[in-house]
Amino acid sequence: MIAKPTIPDPLERSNPRPGAQIGKPVSRVDGRLKVTGGAKYAAEFNTPGLAHGYIVSSAIARGRILAIDTSKALALPGVFQVFTHQNRPSLPWFDRKWKDDDAPKGSPFRPLYDATIHHALQPIALVVAESFELARYAARLIHVTYEADEHQTDLHAASADAFTPGKDKGGFQPPPKPRGDADKALAEAEVSVDLDFTQAVEHHNPMEMHASTVIYHNDGTLTVHDKTQGPINTQTYVCNVFDLSKDAVRVISPFVGGAFGSGLRPQHQLFMAVLAATTLKRSVRVELSRPQMFSFGHRPEALQRVALGAKKDGTLTAVIHEAVQETSQTENYVEVVVNWSGQQYKCDNVRLDYKLARMDTHTPLDQRAPGAATGVPALEIAMDALAAKLGMDPLELRLKNYTEVDPNTGKPFSSKELRACFQQGAERFGWHKRSHAPRSMREGRQLIGWGMATGVWDAMQGQAVASARLGIDGTLTVGSATADIGPGTYTAMTQIAADILGLPIDRVSFQLGDTNLPMAPLQGGSWTVSSVGSAVKAVCDRLRDKLAGLAVGLNDGPLKGLKADDLHFADGCLIAKSDPSWRLSITEVMRANDLLVLEDEARSIPYYKSQMQHALGTHSAIFAEVRVDEDLGTVQVTRVVSAVAAGRIINPKTARSQVLGAVVWGIGMALEEETMTDQRLGRFMNHDFGEYHIPVNADVHDIDVIFVEEHDDIVNPLGAKGVGEIGIVGVPAAIANAIYHATGKRLCDLPITVDKILGA
Amino acid sequence: MRAFSYDRPDSVDAALRGVANQPGTTTEAAVKFVAGGTNLLDLMKADVMRPDRLVDISRLNLDKIEEVDGGGLRLGALARNSDTAYDARVQARYPMLSKAILAGASAQLRNMATNGGNLLQRTRCYYFYDTGTPCNKREPGTGCGALTGVNRIHAILGASDHCIAVHPSDMCVALAALEAIVRVTGPKGERTIPFADFHRLPGDTPHIDSTLAADELITAIDLPAKGFAEHSTYLKVRDRASYAFALVSVAAALELDGQTIRTARLALGGVAHKPWRDPAAEAELAGKPASLENFREASRVLLRDAKGQSHNAFKIGLAERAIVRALAEAAGVEHP
Repeated sequence: MIAKPTIPDPLERSNPRPGAQIGKPVSRVDGRLKVTGGAKYAAEFNTPGLAHGYIVSSAIARGRILAIDTSKALALPGVFQVFTHQNRPSLPWFDRKWKDDDAPKGSPFRPLYDATIHHALQPIALVVAESFELARYAARLIHVTYEADEHQTDLHAASADAFTPGKDKGGFQPPPKPRGDADKALAEAEVSVDLDFTQAVEHHNPMEMHASTVIYHNDGTLTVHDKTQGPINTQTYVCNVFDLSKDAVRVISPFVGGAFGSGLRPQHQLFMAVLAATTLKRSVRVELSRPQMFSFGHRPEALQRVALGAKKDGTLTAVIHEAVQETSQTENYVEVVVNWSGQQYKCDNVRLDYKLARMDTHTPLDQRAPGAATGVPALEIAMDALAAKLGMDPLELRLKNYTEVDPNTGKPFSSKELRACFQQGAERFGWHKRSHAPRSMREGRQLIGWGMATGVWDAMQGQAVASARLGIDGTLTVGSATADIGPGTYTAMTQIAADILGLPIDRVSFQLGDTNLPMAPLQGGSWTVSSVGSAVKAVCDRLRDKLAGLAVGLNDGPLKGLKADDLHFADGCLIAKSDPSWRLSITEVMRANDLLVLEDEARSIPYYKSQMQHALGTHSAIFAEVRVDEDLGTVQVTRVVSAVAAGRIINPKTARSQVLGAVVWGIGMALEEETMTDQRLGRFMNHDFGEYHIPVNADVHDIDVIFVEEHDDIVNPLGAKGVGEIGIVGVPAAIANAIYHATGKRLCDLPITVDKILGA
Repeated sequence: MRAFSYDRPDSVDAALRGVANQPGTTTEAAVKFVAGGTNLLDLMKADVMRPDRLVDISRLNLDKIEEVDGGGLRLGALARNSDTAYDARVQARYPMLSKAILAGASAQLRNMATNGGNLLQRTRCYYFYDTGTPCNKREPGTGCGALTGVNRIHAILGASDHCIAVHPSDMCVALAALEAIVRVTGPKGERTIPFADFHRLPGDTPHIDSTLAADELITAIDLPAKGFAEHSTYLKVRDRASYAFALVSVAAALELDGQTIRTARLALGGVAHKPWRDPAAEAELAGKPASLENFREASRVLLRDAKGQSHNAFKIGLAERAIVRALAEAAGVEHP
């Protein structure tokens, strides 16, 4: 059944609403499963006779395979097959067959397609054996002869041939046309700054490595357990690439151990596992090793320039933001890096420029706050530099140029409580006690610095469908084929459903991660609450209307003759607003109508018309304190206050966790995270957790999260904007600005490691 | 992983029989001892080390920490790093060693890792771990990838054209400064190896880490009576506050006569193929007042031959600052 599109009504604002679950700090409904090992991840589904695959990775960065000798591997007892480009089955030729929901323009990578090597660590063979250990051993006995071509992995060199991309990816908007004359205004500005930035390559590094377990059934159908941010995306890819019907492929991925964007596109272990399972006609698992997690998408390296001009009173007169990012030779990966710089502040002369440079790497991939996490910190570091030059408080400078409309489009924001973020964040942090001059606070050999920055992200919504089934026992099951990569989707959706129907949390369960469930878009971009949550609300609204209609129609019932609007739903009951003693339980209503179950499905569609008339975004203000060891150059981030305006917060506990995690990553971006390339080999070298540094507990000190109140009836019926990305945007800048305040050194190359602090 | 055979002897003699008649050093040996396994097993999974046979010594009776005549302490080769670091005698008499051990790895790793194994851990050079790249230490004759590649974490002292890897241990840096003695046993009986002679520089044979013979077993590490408990410290500079190898680390120990230095010990980690000691730098301090100026002079002597690569030249300046800081901390000299 295809659900009719529904535009749900906005959630009532009255507070407290009887029976409210939205807004409560509900603990994760799947928490017990997770901490007891009951939650099953892609590599944990087992079946008798499961075979294990291990991938062989390319040693060269560019060229071709001349020969692969698999004889030694195949000679081992227990090795079933070695797949290479030479013995692969027929695969589709057209690029569109290889596209997925997150694919940019171009030709997607095709594993084992031919002898061509596009990038280092490219998968070039798959060994399938009776155990993982045997497959891994056999993989090492495979001898590959290459012919290497010269490669380009140096962005500085590649940027000489940079080009301007088009609208090459869903969700991407090229920069707006220049307004005014920014270069002239910069040259004539009373005060100006002009800074160059670099952003290192970062890998997603979710705790769970990418894995796919493909269960092969006797009738040739497949059950695929894949690490993915969208089960339907996985299903579509598998069906297209292997020419299978949707009925023959069911994807079940109830839990994902973090992804941060790495699961937005089907990764090559999925292809490999399905290839082996369909060819060998047996169940196969392929799991990547940690070094192999550095063999696909990543946050692209970026070179940027931000130049700002201002009057002496701090009024911005010029904004120039130019960026060059890497992409692969085969696809145009684009993200919104510079557009934010035309949106954040009022300014009449703005020029934004975004280019791509081709390199011999795997196509980059969305990573938490893609684009914004790269571009916004550059703008915000430049704003701090401008404030320093003006002799102005950095917060004051931001307020001076505050804008209530989006200057890129002239549209008003649907809501923007950034002033409240500034005010509440500054107060919590004690910002007013900050001394202006750099190097003005110290304790022994520790220089102390305070910095701040602004964050921004879009509030997006897609179409989604949810189903709901209410049983006579008073339990409600709601479902949609979304994912829960860690934000707490199970919990938030359960709360929304429980809230609408006035049920206790423990009577409601939410199902996800299964292609048999109704359609949901990829989980990414902070839009799951907005998209899927609106569908959950829509289908629960329909059940609510049905129940209300049935209740008021019961001739001998206490609610007879009332209108649906005269009722509210709480404690599993329909209750007259006028007199709460007039009530009927949901089960009583169903029983009286001889109903065992009440089912429905609804598709939510965005408020396109009103959304089109507004700019939709989340905002944040971040305040950070650092201690820099003056002799040794080490930095501790001792305090962070992040004040976030993201509309209605469905669950302040899980939302806080999201922002905490994002601030921790922001510390990593600022100080630690960098995938280093050996330019001679064209290869990422620090591909393990020993040498790719992410923050550890000892790096993380006080983090304070504030959600400011923000009402929004335009973004979606829930008024909730999502908090997946906003927590990271701006954090690297607040830390870099605090380092400036501590040391007087303006550092624009992230991450800011010891050598950069000592060298500057 | 490659097939290997496994043996678990119940005595030191039986363990030695397991490695008997192997030529060369323990690094090259095809039969290896395994205890905590925190490094060896990882390297076997990564196909970097390929032993034919593992002799599991983890149940041998070598895990005691005992007093020795003359006031020293004997650390059993199989005593765990955690037990050693938290031993009350070690904490009271050799606080620098305790601090160094606790600066390394993670609590979980230290609970598994043994003292003998700590001495034998391999470098963390990226190229050593990545079998898709050249590395003279892993496969002699293939070249040094780090020399022309990513070498931010590599050596500034004692390196060669064949290898610029560094020894990763923190514990060993403190042991070097303490002039510990490594007790080993082999087919010819027991012998002792001064700590300074245990590890070696790469030269043109970087595939050999230490002077321990392939048929020998470390039984204990002897700490001399002099523990420098009054005036010593271990300072580790790294890219994050925990669970990272040293960019530069310094074990600094002083004997003071009032404000005059009687004896100085200085060992550096993260800068060379072995814990780095330099008698000239220590002699520079002897008999001089404990002052920042003298500390700086000693650091200059120690680093006089330091040579940076394309990414790690910052380590030279950092080492100088770290030496001064560590000596100041050990001496109780206030920075201005």
